Amino acid sequence: MVNPDIQGKRYPRTSSYLVGREKVREFAKAVMAAKESQDLAFAQSKGYADLVVPPTFPVVIQEQSLTLVLSDPEAKIDFSRVVHGDQRFVYQRPIIAGDELTSELTVASVKSLGGNHMVTFETEIFDAADKLVCTAISTLVVRGE
Amino acid sequence: MPKFEELTVGDVVAQQDYKITRDSLVRYAGASGDFNTIHYRDDIAKAVGLPGVLAHGMLTMGISIQPVVSWVGDAGQVVDYGVRFTKPVVVPAQGHAALNVKATIGALEEETRRVRVDLTTTFEENTVLGKSQAWVQF
Repeated sequence: MVNPDIQGKRYPRTSSYLVGREKVREFAKAVMAAKESQDLAFAQSKGYADLVVPPTFPVVIQEQSLTLVLSDPEAKIDFSRVVHGDQRFVYQRPIIAGDELTSELTVASVKSLGGNHMVTFETEIFDAADKLVCTAISTLVVRGE
Repeated sequence: MPKFEELTVGDVVAQQDYKITRDSLVRYAGASGDFNTIHYRDDIAKAVGLPGVLAHGMLTMGISIQPVVSWVGDAGQVVDYGVRFTKPVVVPAQGHAALNVKATIGALEEETRRVRVDLTTTFEENTVLGKSQAWVQF
């Protein structure tokens, strides 16, 4: 079960997340990235002030917003029945180690399909200057009973 | 560094093999904060009706873009990346799950100098990601 009334609901801004250089390296190793997200001198040779995160790193920020939804009694999402349906990241600019990010999630849609529910979330990620950096779009499939 | 002018739709620009072990799953769990037990506990995976311990979908997605990042030489040029999770990747307790990622030029946008790269991620002869597409800014 998912409460269809949460469609359009906007959740509060998360507290600030500081992107640490070693966190970027740890994540980069985990996704088997090469020097592009691990070698500081290489990043600087490309004109960046610090390491550029791997393209899927914003999932860490998205997770902070998603936690608000999954713990929201109004949403009624049973996490044990959740499967990740799809995921997308749309960037306005690269995320660099040192960025301080916050996020704000909106429930874009709630659909029913063959006993399952599909919930699409749009999480906007902002930098310290409150400029949009990246939008993470995620669909969770909540399997029926 | 590839040149926009020299690209053609249909070009295979990168292809790479990856081995996912249980160690990889533990490492990704720690790095991402996704500690869902189906990604490291056989008993729980079985209990919820899965064929075995599965790789995080986000791990498969995260690995699949890496050949593109290395081809361009800059993660910051990947401006849009999306996938659909269509099939699970089962990771055995011993040995590994073998992934192959192939990156093909899908479209060229002259005006914006953006290139769509279509990704095919294969595990045991099945494609595990659907509509896996990245846009690279040149």
